[in-house]
Amino acid sequence: MTISPTVPAIGASAVRKSFGEHIVLDGVDLTVAEGTVFSLLGPNGTGKTTMVRILSTLIPADSGNVRVGGHDVVTNPDAVRALIGVTGQFSAVDNLLTGEENLRLMADLRHLGRQAGRRRIAELLERFDLTGVARKPLSTYSGGMRRRLDLAMTLVGNPSVIFLDEPTTGLDPRSRRTMWQIIRELVAGGVTIFLTTQYLDEADELADHVAVLDHGRIVAEGTPAELKRRIPGGHIQLRFAGPDALRAAVNMIPNATPDDDQLILQVPGDGSIASLRRVLDELDDARITVEHLSIHTPDLDDVFFAVTGHAAVGPATRQQEEALQP
Amino acid sequence: MSSLAYTVADSATMLRRNLKHQLRYPSLTIMLAGFPIVFLLLFVYVFGGQLGAELAGPGAGGRGAYLTYVVPGILIITVASAALGTAISVATDMTAGIIDRFRTMAISRAAVLTGHVVGSLLQTLAVLVLVVGVSAAIGFRSHASAGEWLAAAGVLALFAFALIWLSAALGLAARSVETASNTPMFLTLLPFLSSGFVPTASMPAGLRQFAEYEPFTPVTQTVRGLLTGGAIGAHAIAAIAWSVGIALASYLWAVRLYNRRQAAGPT
Repeated sequence: MTISPTVPAIGASAVRKSFGEHIVLDGVDLTVAEGTVFSLLGPNGTGKTTMVRILSTLIPADSGNVRVGGHDVVTNPDAVRALIGVTGQFSAVDNLLTGEENLRLMADLRHLGRQAGRRRIAELLERFDLTGVARKPLSTYSGGMRRRLDLAMTLVGNPSVIFLDEPTTGLDPRSRRTMWQIIRELVAGGVTIFLTTQYLDEADELADHVAVLDHGRIVAEGTPAELKRRIPGGHIQLRFAGPDALRAAVNMIPNATPDDDQLILQVPGDGSIASLRRVLDELDDARITVEHLSIHTPDLDDVFFAVTGHAAVGPATRQQEEALQP
Repeated sequence: MSSLAYTVADSATMLRRNLKHQLRYPSLTIMLAGFPIVFLLLFVYVFGGQLGAELAGPGAGGRGAYLTYVVPGILIITVASAALGTAISVATDMTAGIIDRFRTMAISRAAVLTGHVVGSLLQTLAVLVLVVGVSAAIGFRSHASAGEWLAAAGVLALFAFALIWLSAALGLAARSVETASNTPMFLTLLPFLSSGFVPTASMPAGLRQFAEYEPFTPVTQTVRGLLTGGAIGAHAIAAIAWSVGIALASYLWAVRLYNRRQAAGPT
């Protein structure tokens, strides 16, 4: 099934949802264009999963309008269900069956028929590198294998809109890379992806469009580049051997912010080679020795901090670190 | 395919899934079969001599007579104990992530529960065959015709169907698998408060009245009448009416719980 190009793959307006007294979503609007990756970003407990559950027909919103593939999720849930695939944060696999049987179950429920089903299962096992363990019980699968099987099950019915709720949480770096690669391939095949993540680098890596969810509201939205442009630029971080060197450097470089405890000086800049060379030349001329240097370009972490006023939970800020040999 | 054909196809898929679970992890089935067999042996060999001596009527007296008397009761307790498994498997399923996956797919709403119920029914029938086999091995003899055996199987299957829907509803109502394994326990107590193990006439007045009117008694008496002779009379009608009534009420309750559960998921 395809979605008409004039209709966004996902459209939600003024979505509200409370559980008892607790307001989880407080008027969320979002639009996802067909064939793009949309990332909903936010720390744990900000309502990302609730949004996915509403969009995927699992729970109704208290108010607001939600359409997927042009179909209303409340009045026409089965039309939505025929289009979507969902891979949640907790693996939705049948632990008592083998990998192949799990896929068979999906093929049967999608009414693929015996031949087509068998072909699709073999193809997915191959693609997700699960052929060798296809007939083993899931109790023998690693976390990464289960996640791959989970996504393979989602893909059995060739969904045109896929919801991935924190698809890489708890995965090792290699499995994360594999998952990213799979997601890119899906998008290249024309699938629309709705991705929630608490990892900023993941959104940066994959998303065409990012919305930051905080306390039930979207506090910032745009392409990763647009969001990064909205916040102050990057900086160079210099570490010195002693307080004297730090003091001397502070006196030389305007606008720099010193950290006396850590002997670190932050110099605002665009991270270009020219500006870097200028700073280093100045220090060199004054015979001030720099122990360590790192270049910090603005990333979504900074965006997140800037728009929410608190840091995101996730892996340490990615920095391009280069040790400078004196 | 029409929507009915989809419902049937999806239910068959879910049934296959549940049967695979049963075959791969037979411990629950073994437990469900072991319980009535232990009771059979316990009642026949430990209490049977004494209880049989007290039995009135033709062929009264002795362990053999009690065996003949108690087998229908054991078959009923088999049905009741096998139904417990449904609550456990439904509750286990509801706590697993895969149920959310099913709910985001365009599959028949009834298919998940139907798969459980039909799977449990087949499991119960298999366990019943085993229990009849053990009964025969220790000396149970029936003069029933093939038609009477079939009728007895039908009455037991209908009653099992009712209790399984009730157990499925209890499994859905439970907040955890532990609760689900406890709430339907009363089902295994009711056969003792019926004509299953001793004639109701031997019970004190209040208990006797309860035993005569509760659903397990007419079902037991109907099966007993068909397999080992004796009056059936109005018991057959009562047995069928109880079974249909329990099945219908439990079905409606279970479907309601199933639909409501999806509306109140956690964040």
